[in-house]
Amino acid sequence: MSRNGSLATAFHLLFVTFMLAPLAIVCAVAFTPEGYLSLPTNGFSLRWFRQILAYPEFLRAFWASLWLAALSSTIAIALSVPAALAIARYRFPGREALTALFLSPLMVPHVVLGIAFLRFFTQVGLAGTFTGLVLSHVIVVIPFALRLVLAASYGIDARIEHAAVSLGASPMTVFRRVTIPLILPGVVSGWMLAFINSFDEVTMTVFVASPATVTLPVRMFLYIQDNIDPLIASVSACLIALTAVMLLVLDRIFGLDRLFVGAGKG
Amino acid sequence: MPYIALERLTKRYGDHLAVDALDLAVEKGEFISLLGPSGCGKTTTLQMIAGFVEPTGGRVMLDGVDLGAMKPNRRGLGIVFQSYALFPHMTAAENVAFGLEMRDVPRAEREKRVAETLALVGLSGFADRYPKRMSGGQQQRVALARALVIKPAILLLDEPLSNLDAKLREEMQIELRSIQRISGATTILVTHDQAEAMALSDRIVLMNKGRVEQIARPDEAYARPASAFVANFLGKTNLLNGAIESTPQGPVLVVGGLRLPAPAGAGSGPQSVAVRPERIAFASGTAGVSGRVTMRVFQGLHWLLQVDSEAGPLTLVRPNDGSPVPAEGETVALTFSTQDFALLPAGDAP
Amino acid sequence: MSERPKAAPYLLAGPTALVFLGLVLIPLAMTVLLSFYDWGQYKGIVPEWTLKNWREMVADDYFASVFLRTFRIAILVTLACVAIGVPEAYILNRLSPGWRSVSLLAILGPLLVSVVARTLGWALLFGSTGVVNQGLMKLGLIAAPLPFMFTETGVIVTLTHVLAPFMVLAVWAALQRLDPQVENAAGSLGASAFTTWRRVILPQIVPGVLSGSVIVFALAASAFASPAIIGGRRLKVAATLAYDEFLNTLNWPLGAAVATLLLVALVAIIVGSNRLIERRYAQVFE
Ligand SMILES: Nc1ncnc2c1ncn2[C@@H]1O[C@H](COP(=O)(O)OP(=O)(O)O)[C@@H](O)[C@H]1O
Ligand SMILES: [Mg+2]
Repeated sequence: MSRNGSLATAFHLLFVTFMLAPLAIVCAVAFTPEGYLSLPTNGFSLRWFRQILAYPEFLRAFWASLWLAALSSTIAIALSVPAALAIARYRFPGREALTALFLSPLMVPHVVLGIAFLRFFTQVGLAGTFTGLVLSHVIVVIPFALRLVLAASYGIDARIEHAAVSLGASPMTVFRRVTIPLILPGVVSGWMLAFINSFDEVTMTVFVASPATVTLPVRMFLYIQDNIDPLIASVSACLIALTAVMLLVLDRIFGLDRLFVGAGKG
Repeated sequence: MPYIALERLTKRYGDHLAVDALDLAVEKGEFISLLGPSGCGKTTTLQMIAGFVEPTGGRVMLDGVDLGAMKPNRRGLGIVFQSYALFPHMTAAENVAFGLEMRDVPRAEREKRVAETLALVGLSGFADRYPKRMSGGQQQRVALARALVIKPAILLLDEPLSNLDAKLREEMQIELRSIQRISGATTILVTHDQAEAMALSDRIVLMNKGRVEQIARPDEAYARPASAFVANFLGKTNLLNGAIESTPQGPVLVVGGLRLPAPAGAGSGPQSVAVRPERIAFASGTAGVSGRVTMRVFQGLHWLLQVDSEAGPLTLVRPNDGSPVPAEGETVALTFSTQDFALLPAGDAP
Repeated sequence: MSERPKAAPYLLAGPTALVFLGLVLIPLAMTVLLSFYDWGQYKGIVPEWTLKNWREMVADDYFASVFLRTFRIAILVTLACVAIGVPEAYILNRLSPGWRSVSLLAILGPLLVSVVARTLGWALLFGSTGVVNQGLMKLGLIAAPLPFMFTETGVIVTLTHVLAPFMVLAVWAALQRLDPQVENAAGSLGASAFTTWRRVILPQIVPGVLSGSVIVFALAASAFASPAIIGGRRLKVAATLAYDEFLNTLNWPLGAAVATLLLVALVAIIVGSNRLIERRYAQVFE
C-alpha cells in the first residue's frame, strides 16, 4: 500500500469493512442450518437454498427481471444512440433542453416516477401489464445508457469521418464502418449499466408491477416487509453471488472506474 | 568538494532502468543542463534531486550531506515542473506568494516581492488571473516566478521554456541566464532542446537511455563529441567509417579516398570519425577529395549541400555570404583538416 | 451526414424526444393535476378542482414532521458521506494501482447489488435478533438489543452505506483531474503535508465534494426501500408516505400531492445548488 500512513490504511480497511459487512452477513446467514436467523455456528447447511425451490415465485420473479432488464436496456440503447449522436455532433436550437430532458429521470425521485406511471398507465389501460413495466424501465435507464454513449460520441474526432468521406465513403458506409465501431465500447458499457439498473430497480417498480409481472427486487421487498427469515437471506445471497460474477466480468472488460466515473448518478 | 553530487544515482521502474548509475558533480553557482531525447530519464533525475522520487540506488549529496532522509519541503529548492503544476484555484499572484507564506514572510514584503517577480517574468498585468485563463507560455512564466521568488540556492527547471514560441523563448533564455547570474543560484535545467542547452549552460550532461554519454562544456561537446549519439544530438554531423594506417610518415586516417594525418590519440585499425558540415571546405583547383553535388537546399542563413564524395556521402553547409555555390550535378573538390575530426568508438558510425 | 444539418439532429433525437414527452412529461403533469383532485373513502377519485390535499398537507403537522424527518435524514446522510467518503477517496487515490483496483471492486461493487439485499444486511446485523446485538448480549456487554430497527439512526447508517460510493466516486473523479505534481510543487515551496492538503488539495476537490453532496442528498431524500425496511411502518419519510397513500389508503390525490411536493423541493434544491456551484467555480475550473 503505497504513500498512505498506517492511520490512513486503518481507515481504509474500516471503510471497506463497512461496505462489505452487510453483504457478508447476508451470505453467512444464508448457510445457517437453524430454522431461524443466526450465524452458521453449528456447521453449514444448504437447506435454505433448497427451500428457494419450494417458492417458485422467486424463480418466476428472477426470470421476469432478467427479461425486463434485457428488453428495456436494449430499447434504451436503441433510443440513446441516435439521440447521443444528435447531441454530440450538431449545434441546434433546443439541444441543451433536450439533453436536460433525456437526463431528467436521474433527478426525479423514483417514487414520483412510480406514481406518475401508475396514474398514466391506469388512464391509458396499461396498468399492470408487462408492456407498461418495460416502458417505465426504458425511461429510468435511458440516462445511464445515454451518458456512456454520449461520452463515446464526444470522443470521436469529426476529422476521422471527414477522412473517410474524402476517401469516397458514402454517409451510410461512414456510419457503419467508422462511427459505429468507434462508439461501440460506449454502447456496450451503456447497455450493461442500463441492464443492471433495470434489474435492481425496486422503488418505481413497486408501483408499476402487478402480481403477474412482479420482479425479483420487488418480490424480495414485499417478502421482507412481512417477515425476515433465512430464506430471504439465501435468495439475497444468490443475487449477491450473481452480481459479484458480473462485476468481475465487467471489471475485466471495461475497468469499473471507467464505467462508473462516466456514469455516476447526478 | 562539489556543491551537489549525484553518486551512482539509479532509478528502476520494474525491470526498466530509467536512470542508470548517474554520477555528476555540480559546483556552486554553476548552470548545468541535462540534455537528451524524451524518455531518457532527465525528469526522473531531477525528481530524485528534489526528493519526489526515491532512488533505487545511489545518493544525492548537498554540500557533503546526504539528502536521502530530508523531506522535499525541507530541501528549499526552487522547482519549475514540466507540467507547471500551478495551483489552479489560486491567481497568478497567489501562486507566487505561496512559497513566501510558507516562510512566514510578512504581508507587505510578500506583496512587494510578488510584484517584483511577476514584473521580472513580464506578467505585471496578470496578477489576478487564474491559470486556466492564461496561455501556456504565461503559465510557464508564473511557474518560473513561483520558483524564483523564494530566492532558492538551487533552481531545478524541467523544460521551463518548452511551451513558449520561438521569439519569447529566446527572450526568456537571455532573461533566465541573467537572473541566474544575478542570483547566483546553482541551476540544473532539463531540456531536450540542444540549442537551449548550449546557449544557457556552463556544462551539458548528455543523457541517453538513462546513461550519461558525456559531460562537457557546450563548445567542447560540440567539437569533440564522445559518441555518435552526442555528435548527432548536438547539431548536424557526418559520421564516417575508416581506418588508421601506420605509414613511414606516421599514422594516417583513411576514409574511402580521403587520406589525412591521423588526429592525435588515434590507435590503429578500424576507426569511426565525425566531422561537422561547416568544417568541410571547397578546395581551389583539383586538390582534395572530389565529389558530386546531389542536392542543394537554401536555408536563409546558409545553403545545405549533399555531396557524393570519395570519402562517402557528406552533408555540407555553406554560409550565404555571396560566394558562388555549386549547383546540383556539379563536381566539386573538398578539403578537410585533421583537427576537425572527432574520434568515436569504432563501429559507432552506421 | 452533413448534407442536411438543419433536419438531421431533429430526425435523430426526435423519436427519443417523443418517448420522453409521452412517458415523462405527460405522466408527471397528470400527477401534478391529480394532486388537485378530490377524493373520498367511498366515492374514490373525483375529477373536480380542489386545494383540499394541499390544505391538508399544510394544516396537518404530521406531513410537516414527515418532510422534516426526510430532509433531516438526507442532511445527516450527506454529512456522514462527506465525512467518510472524502478521506476514503483521497486514500484510494494514493493506493498502488493493484490495491486500488481491488479496493474499487469492494467499494463500487455494492452499488450493483440490489438495495433490498444491502438493506437486509443491515437488518441482519442490527435487528433485535441480529448478529451484532445477539453477540453483544451473549458477551454481556449490553442488556437489551441496541435500538437500530425502526430508528432514524438505523435509516441513516443504512443510507450512508448505500450512498457513500457516490461520494467516493465524485471526489475521486475530482482528484483524478488534479495534476499529481501540484502536491510536489507545494512541498517544494515548503508546505507540510497537512498544509498541502488544506491549502492545495482540498480547495481543488471542493467542487467534487459539493456535486457529490447534491447527488447523495437527492438520493437520500427520495430513498424508499431502505427507510421502508429499516424504518418500518412507524418511521415514515416522504417516499414511504406517498407509497402508503397510494397503495394502502388508496388516496391517490393526497399521495400525488406528497409526491409533487417532494419533486418540486428536490428539483429546486438540485438546480439551485448546481447553479451556485457553477457560478462560484466557473472562474477557476472550466
Ligand atoms: N512513475 C513511473 N513509472 C514507470 N515508469 C516511469 C515512471 N516515470 C518515468 N518512467 C519511465 O522512465 C523513463 C524516463 O522518464 P523521464 O525521466 O520522465 O524521461 P524524460 O524526462 O527524459 O523525458 C521513461 O521511459 C518513462 O517511461
Ligand atoms: Mg521529462
